[in-house]
Amino acid sequence: MTTRIVELRQGILKKNDELARGLRGRFEAAGVLVLNLVSSPGTGKTAFLERTLRELRQRGSRVAALVGDLETDNDAVRLAASGAPVRQINTHGICHLEAEMVSKHLEGWPGVELGGLEYLFIENVGNLVCPSSYDLGERIRVALLSVTEGEDKPLKYPTLFNSADAAVVTKMDIAEAVGFNRDAALKNIREIRPNIRIFETSARTGSGMDGWLEYLAQERASRQA
Amino acid sequence: MHELSIISSVVENVIESLQKYPGARVTEVRLRVGALSAVIEDSLQFCYGIAIESTPLEGSRLTVNIVPVTVHCDACSAERPIESLQSFRCPDCGAPASDVRGGRELEIESIEIEEPEEVKP
Repeated sequence: MTTRIVELRQGILKKNDELARGLRGRFEAAGVLVLNLVSSPGTGKTAFLERTLRELRQRGSRVAALVGDLETDNDAVRLAASGAPVRQINTHGICHLEAEMVSKHLEGWPGVELGGLEYLFIENVGNLVCPSSYDLGERIRVALLSVTEGEDKPLKYPTLFNSADAAVVTKMDIAEAVGFNRDAALKNIREIRPNIRIFETSARTGSGMDGWLEYLAQERASRQA
Repeated sequence: MHELSIISSVVENVIESLQKYPGARVTEVRLRVGALSAVIEDSLQFCYGIAIESTPLEGSRLTVNIVPVTVHCDACSAERPIESLQSFRCPDCGAPASDVRGGRELEIESIEIEEPEEVKP
């Protein structure tokens, strides 16, 4: 027997990364802005997304959403109330979405063509750790944090918050009742991700949604230029 | 707990690269894992033991080299390691630093293999 060392120097997730790169190219060519929404379970991703879809549709935008969950299509049913096309991705125990799942669910989606969309939202599985390693081909990764979760959450999950392009604080309508320390939360987010855009929102009252929707429109316009 | 997914990809990639070395057995797999990659070494080791069963990697050892997180500081025009994952600032001047240059790696660095001696006809 002879022993030898073989240098590989290859990305462990290279298959996912290559697939994600291909998706990003397709999204860009189609002119659709794709966002990946990530948070803990219970932050209110679905409520926030439902409101976002509804308001974008009211403004005449063409939107669609993919929603990831371990089991059930409950979230797809909730999101479909916005009137937008929604497709459920069941991961059957996998704690995050992968590019291949996104790619597969874009095929044969009744009534949805990438070229006919302005915005595509991907709601990831509720998890603040695992989704951070998997590129889905999105242009913007959004980390969400609710006022009930503890202001130090960004410090506890630096990987995810550091990889985000925008942060959304949800459930602002109950901030006072739960003693949310706004300054500490925003400071912690910025300590992990300096210069990040932060939106303070309530899906129930609609507060903060205008700024968020304006940001989306600006981001989309800047990619078209 | 996505370490099992990560390790499954490692095993798959290693088996693929073994095609060039027929009859070879793997004795060690070396990974480079960034400190910011949200992967726990103990979980990797645990999953590795399970994932290599009945594969050409069975019996091999997993070595995980952790890569520190470094940022580029605009003020100092230099790349620096951060002091804590709870503060993305330049350790020298204290300026916030959003340009992460290292620490997100998830790579297979190398493998050590044992090959059967070539039998000369």
